[in-house]
Order: sequence, then C-alpha cells, then structure tokens
Amino acid sequence: MDIFLQAMGELTRPYVILLIFGGVSAGLFVGAMPGLTATMALAVLLPFTFTMTPLNGLVSLGAVYMGAIYGGSFAAILVNTPGTPSSIATAFEGYPMAKQGRAMEAIGIATISSAIGGIAGVLFLLFLAPPLAVLSIRFGPAEFFWVAILGLTLIASLSEGSLLKGLLGGTIGIMLGTIGVSPIGGESRFTLGFPVMQGGIEMIVALIGLFVMPELYNMAALARTSLGAVSVSSKEKASFWRVTLKVLSKPGNLVRSCIIGEIVAIIPGAGGNIANLVAYNEAKRASKHPERFGTGTSEGLIATESSNNVTVAGSMVPLLTLGIPGAPPDAVILGVMLLHGLRPGLELFTTSGVLTYAFIISMGLAAIAMVPVGLLGGRLIYRVIFRTPYYFLVPTIGLATIIGTFALRNSMTDVFIMLILGTIGYLLKQIGIMPAPIVLGLILGAIAEVGYVQAILGGMAYRVPQVRLFENPLSWILIGIVVVSAAWPFILILLRRMRSGNKKGGAQ
Amino acid sequence: MKKIVIGSLVLCALLAIVLVGPSGAQNFPNKPINYIISFNPGGESDITARLQQSYLEKALGVTVNVTHKPGGGGAVAWSEFQRTARPDGYTIIGVNIPHIIAQPIERRDAGYTTEGWELLIWFHFTPNALIVQKESSIKTLEDFIALAKSKPKAVTVAGSGSYSANHLEILRFNKLAGIDTTYVPHTGTGPIVPALMGGHVTSTMNYSMVGVQYQDRMRTLAVATDERLEVLPDVPTFKELGYEIVGGAYRGVAVPKGTPPEVIKILTDAFIKTTEQIADKQREMGFEVTTVTGKEAHELVGRMKAGYSDILEDLAKQRQEQ
Repeated sequence: MDIFLQAMGELTRPYVILLIFGGVSAGLFVGAMPGLTATMALAVLLPFTFTMTPLNGLVSLGAVYMGAIYGGSFAAILVNTPGTPSSIATAFEGYPMAKQGRAMEAIGIATISSAIGGIAGVLFLLFLAPPLAVLSIRFGPAEFFWVAILGLTLIASLSEGSLLKGLLGGTIGIMLGTIGVSPIGGESRFTLGFPVMQGGIEMIVALIGLFVMPELYNMAALARTSLGAVSVSSKEKASFWRVTLKVLSKPGNLVRSCIIGEIVAIIPGAGGNIANLVAYNEAKRASKHPERFGTGTSEGLIATESSNNVTVAGSMVPLLTLGIPGAPPDAVILGVMLLHGLRPGLELFTTSGVLTYAFIISMGLAAIAMVPVGLLGGRLIYRVIFRTPYYFLVPTIGLATIIGTFALRNSMTDVFIMLILGTIGYLLKQIGIMPAPIVLGLILGAIAEVGYVQAILGGMAYRVPQVRLFENPLSWILIGIVVVSAAWPFILILLRRMRSGNKKGGAQ
Repeated sequence: MKKIVIGSLVLCALLAIVLVGPSGAQNFPNKPINYIISFNPGGESDITARLQQSYLEKALGVTVNVTHKPGGGGAVAWSEFQRTARPDGYTIIGVNIPHIIAQPIERRDAGYTTEGWELLIWFHFTPNALIVQKESSIKTLEDFIALAKSKPKAVTVAGSGSYSANHLEILRFNKLAGIDTTYVPHTGTGPIVPALMGGHVTSTMNYSMVGVQYQDRMRTLAVATDERLEVLPDVPTFKELGYEIVGGAYRGVAVPKGTPPEVIKILTDAFIKTTEQIADKQREMGFEVTTVTGKEAHELVGRMKAGYSDILEDLAKQRQEQ
C-alpha cells in the first residue's frame, strides 16, 4: 500500500498532470490523422524522453499511446476512415450514426467507452498481471496459427451480404500479404525483380489505401456538399450524462468487450487492430438484433472503442512482467525502459515499484483525461468537418493521407502502392468486395504463415510434422472456437428457419 | 482539420528551407543530416541511433534526423541508398554485419552490394550466445550436444531472421559439433523471448545481450567471443570448450561511394567521439563497444565474409538440390 501512496504522490505534481493532458491531446491528434499510428507517435517522442526523468518519460509515452488509440475513432466516425488500425470497426457504426446527424452522440459514446476501456486495462494490469503473463507465454506457433484462422472466420460476419465476396476479399488480402521477403526463410516473393518490393505491402499502407481513398472518391463525387448537408439534421442533444448512461446501460457488452480486449492484448504481437474487430464481431453475435449492425448501433461502437483502449495498458502485462511487447507500440516503451536501466520482471514491481505503479496509474489518469480533452476537441473537429464542403475536405485529407503514408517508412513506393490499392479498392467496393476482409486477410495471413511454418519446423523430428499443430490443449480450445465461429452463420440460418417455422405468420 | 492544414503548410515551408540550403565540402556540415535506420522503431538499431543522436548533434553542430525505412530485413533501405543517396555526407545509413554480407549472396534481387558504400565506423558488436531456459534440463553445452545427438532434428534453436548472424552461427556449430538441430527463424529478437519461456523452442542462438537482460530466467551455455564477457563472467566461451566459434553482429554507419574524404573524416570523428561518450550506457545494455573505422572497417567485412563463406556455400548448394 505504501508504494501505491508514494506512486500517487508522484502523480500529483502539476508538471506530471500537464504531461498527461499534453500527451493525450498530442496522441488524439496523431490518432485522428489517417496514416499516423500510435507506434510512430511514440517513436517520434522517444528522443524527447531521453532528457526527462524515467517517470516523466514513461508518463508522456503512456498518455500519447492512450490518446492515439482513442483518436482513431474521430476519423472513423466523421469521415468513415479508421485513423489507426485499432478503429477499423468503429467506422462500421460510427459513420452511419454521423450520417443520421448523431455524430456528437457517436463521439460521446466513443469517448466514454474509450475511457472505460482504458481504465479497465489499467485494472487488469494492476491486479491480474502475474496470472495473465503466464497465460501469454502459452501461446506458441501452433496457437498463433489457430488464432489467425479464428480471425479469418470473422470475415464471415464482416462481409455484408455475400459471404463469397467476403472470402474473395480475404483471399486477395492474404495474397497481397505474401509479397516481399518471406517472414520465415527470407526468400523474396512476387517482387517482380524490384528491390523496393522486398519490403512488401505494409498493413497500414493497405489500410489507408483501401479505406481512405475509396471514401475520398465517394466524397469527390458529392463535391458541392458537406457532411452537414448529407446527414439528416437532428435536434436531439447528445448530453454528456445521456451518453454516459447509454454506454453503461448494457454492462454485459462492456465487460465482454473489455475481456476480449485484454485477451488479445496479452497475445504477443496482437493489439488493438485485432481486438476491435473481434469485440465488434462478438457484440454482433451476442446482440438480439444483429441485423441492425452496420446501420449505426451504439452497441457496436461501444464494443470496438472500449476493447481497443483496453489493449493500451493491457498489452503491458507481458511487457512489464516478462519483457515481451504485447502490441507493436510497446516495443518502443520497452526500449525506453531498457535505456533507463529498468529491466522487466519482478524487481520492476519491488525495487522500482514506485516508478512502475506511478506509470501504470498515470495511464488510468490519461484515460480519464480523454473525456474532457476528447469532448472539447471532438466538438471542435466535428464543427469543422460538419460545415466544410467536400471540395475542401477531400484535397486536405488526401494530402494528409499522402504525407502520413510517406512518413510511415519514408518511402515514395508506399505512396504509389497506397494510391494503386485505393483505386483498386474503390472498384472492388463497387462490385461489393469490402475493404475490411482484405485488410483482415493481410494482417492475419502473415501471422498464420509464421505460426504454421514455425510449428512445422518444431515438429521436424515427427514423421508428419503437422501433428505439432494439434498437440496442445490450448490449440484444441482454439480449434473448437474456430469450428463454432465458422459454422455460426449457418447455425443462425438454421435457428431462424426453425423459429419462423414455429410461429408462422408471426411478427418475426 | 484546420490543424492539419496549418501543419502541412509548416511542413512544406520547412522542407523548402531544407532543400534550398547551400552545400559543399568546405563548410560541412551546414544543414541537417539524415541518419537512416533500415529497421523498425524500437529495435536495437533504432535505440542506439536515438542514443547517438544528441551527441552527434553536439559534435557536428547541426541537427541529425533519425528516419526509418524498414523492410526486407534492411534490404529496402540499403538498396535505395546505394541507388539514390547523394555522396555529400548529408545522408548516412546504419549497416549491419552479417546482413550486408549474406543478403546479396542469398537473394538475386537484394538490390545492393556488400562493398557498395564507404564505411565510416563499426561502433558496436553483439556476440552470439547459445541460451536455454533456466528450468531446462540442459545445464552445459555438453548436455546440449548429447541431447541433439540422441534426437536428431528434435532440438530446436530459435534465432532472429534467416541468413542472419544467429542462423549462420548455429549452422557452423552444427557442422563443428556434428549435430543436426532445427533452426526456427523468428521476426526479430522480441518474439524469441516468449517462445523460449513458454517452452515452444528448446534453445536460442541469440545475442549475448538477451542472456544479460534475462539473467534470472535464462541460462547462457556459451558465448561466441575470444574471451569471457565482463557482464557474464561465469559463462564459458565456445573456444574454451573446444569449438572455434567467434561471431555475432556488428552495427555501423556508411555513406555513399564518392563522398569527399574530408567529409568522411568529419563524420567519422563525430561518431568516434559519440561512441566514447555513450560507451558506458552501451556496455550496460550488453553491447561490446568497438571503434573500427576507415580501411579497417572494410577489412573487417572482408574477414567476416571469408569466415562465413563455407556456410553460405553449403546453403546455396542445399537450395540447388531442392
């Protein structure tokens, strides 16, 4: 308890509070820009933290991280483009809400959900770190393979309308993911002899190309209008308390999404980018009205935005206890800790306990700080976007997108890849192949490949090395979930048929 | 959105200033230097560059920008650098042994050559080490060899990347010890730690700093250096145990071919000074600090290349057979 009180004392200094608010604001801005990711924001911030004390450095990094994951929701809600990969599913519900004139309500829901998610992550980290860390290292190559396959089954529910087209999109994504130097073996594949293609197609580049560009083309087609003109005007006031009540009114959804966020967070290498999709999918599956998803339901929005902010502190469970980054931005934080001579492990919680607990609690404060910063900043951004005609908005976002894409790896090639994918993505969208399954295929294809090949290599001594994929109990559990998840749409159809058979002529 | 507009305008103005600035060797340097890192932010190359940044700026009197261009295990940045970078000293790039030796041999389209630049300095070295989990029944290198002999292919060795320092080292060890282990490439050092702790691999041929950082969870069986490491005094060298294995990864900096010698001198001096200033911090992190510069830097590459040649040839042969 003593350590706790000391840690709290560290955080009451005005300078630290200033860092938290500054960090959240900066993170929010970065997250709202398509193409600028949390990892990048932390990397840019890195040199500044060298001159700070370890605590101040870690506090600012934590605050920026928290703000960036939340900021991604703004672009998703207002322009239908996820600002970071962590808000892909936010756009599914947020943008339809904005079009119905409920943009402020959507921003409010995203803000409250993000803050709750952020705090939940901190609680997980504070109280459940040791057991979760043990679970995290259970995930070996075989488990990674099955997690990826499980993720691919999400395509079934993400593809609106045609399952076939969804699968087609997923396949395109997986194939795009094979371009470049293979993750295992180091052979270069499908580079067509261009050395620059050894780098492959970066996930964020594809994300920007496939989500942002088609939307810009759409907006360009409506050149003389604005979001304000497209959306139905609504007199309904989205007051802070009403929105908060709405978020809290379905605690089941909130709890489920936070737990999903935490589980995904502790799997090394997976972060908010996967958590938000899984949580969205589960919310849809658990909902009484899954058919309303995609038309602007608050449930979906709450699920994505709470789950992705859980991963901020949640992914630090394996980081602080074992030195294993749970999500990509954590690698930067690990670097800072090592620079200051802080080795992950038990002594982090004992010898340097004050610092560690202060850092963890500061992330909780950052989550709370998101509420005022987000609601004020959100109102501002909303007013600007709401009134700005598309012929100003499109070139501005377009330029920001190109700069963001370039900044990712300082590569002009990435900009061209983004533009080409954007155009292809627009055409594919016209024939009903949506960007979400493509990006999902791209993210998960690589994870599945690495898991598969590593598992096979681990089983080289067996006559059939593939046996390795089915060895562990954890794999069995995952396989079970995969089967249920893949069969779910068919089960649903069956259930519905049975129900409609039972009450013929009924209201349903 | 207004913020974005203003931000982009400021960015453009800054770019214009940077691009228009005067150049010439006599008053080098007089504008910001771009220090390219060909790996992801947060990696060891990146962390070291960030550490060097402020000392370099003090030594050179201009801003040094660290930028990332990851991809292809470094090859994306290296190929573009050799193709397009201007030889004026304002663009410098981090380079690694053995990557720059192995990639051009193993890939047809690596897009660069091992000798296609002027090397300024090799500023640190991370020796290879064979590491197992603390709870492992393998206590010594002898145990490891005995197990590998009794179960061919079943002993797995994780390492960072393919044709990397780790990969080539375990192949050499297999050859010298007459054993058959399975190398499992991972995408960097990061994922190897949980793989080892979770028992998903038997061991890892990795950099000694992993053994230093995780002393309480892992056991280092042997290190690939001439003499024992100060930070791991109880760990024997492969040499002591009768295996002629000395190797690891070097990190350094290069400029394009054709850069004026006086510019190279200024940059090299700045890096030597920086390396001395951050030496203690580097040692703490488990690196061996080196200052191999100029002709010696190129000779080091030649020596390492010769040392790896038989293993690289074996690999090439294997692939032809497939």
